[in-house]
Amino acid sequence: MLLIPCPYCGERPELEFRCGGEAHIARAADPSAVDDGAWSEFLFSRGNPKGLYAERWNHAHGCQRWFNAIRDTASDRFVESYKMGEKRPLPGGE
Amino acid sequence: MLETPNAARRVSAFADAVSPAGIRPLPGAARFALRLREADATGEAAGFRLDQPLNTFAAQGDRLSLRLGPNEWLLIGPEADADAIAAEIAAALGTRFHTLVDIGHRNVAIEVKGPHAADILNAGCPLDLFDARFPTGTATRTLLGKAEIVLMRLDDAPTYRVECWRSFATYVHDFLTEAAQEFDAGT
Ligand SMILES: [Zn+2]
Repeated sequence: MLLIPCPYCGERPELEFRCGGEAHIARAADPSAVDDGAWSEFLFSRGNPKGLYAERWNHAHGCQRWFNAIRDTASDRFVESYKMGEKRPLPGGE
Repeated sequence: MLETPNAARRVSAFADAVSPAGIRPLPGAARFALRLREADATGEAAGFRLDQPLNTFAAQGDRLSLRLGPNEWLLIGPEADADAIAAEIAAALGTRFHTLVDIGHRNVAIEVKGPHAADILNAGCPLDLFDARFPTGTATRTLLGKAEIVLMRLDDAPTYRVECWRSFATYVHDFLTEAAQEFDAGT
């Protein structure tokens, strides 16, 4: 079974986790000032790279914390995980 | 606990359960879900340790404190002490912001014991229960089949305690019973 590294619990079986989609998508500070195009971009547009991808994950059946992880979408290998609020450890971050 | 004239009669979730050797439904207990800021989690409160590492438990007498998350604890004590425990914790935590929820009737507990205990649990639990990875003193939320459980290893027999929601009790008990058939000569 695929083991996912929770930054709090260590490596745990994938069954215990839920994926929350792409990480580091910032919500506009003042949504009413954003035009429709930019707002739909924020709501619906997500990357779909072949390779490293930053995602939000929730250790739903463990410590129940949300965290971010870098996963290789081609090999499904988890490269690194880090707590919410921490800087993305690889190029392309914040 | 609230007593009312119209209170429903409580029936054990395991009233009809027939358990094989090594699997035993445990009697009722007082249980509380405690949430407290990580920075405030120092020492202990009312006999419940707060500062043990994540995914371990600490026992003081008959009071167990399981650290399930950085800011979440499951506290277990004798059923008769429920009111006293709630009051003692409120007093011990004082002005430290926290929530304390009585979940004594939400959960039930099952003991799984014996040389095949880990094999029986692994029929539905994906965790590595090998001694080095899940030693005595470990306690964590995880899964058993389709049910969420809290699993703790109490001693080296090994003895495990499985906590699950009352509505999952029959499923979890029957799941363990069926898994145990594989080993019925050994346990
Ligand atoms: Zn975790």
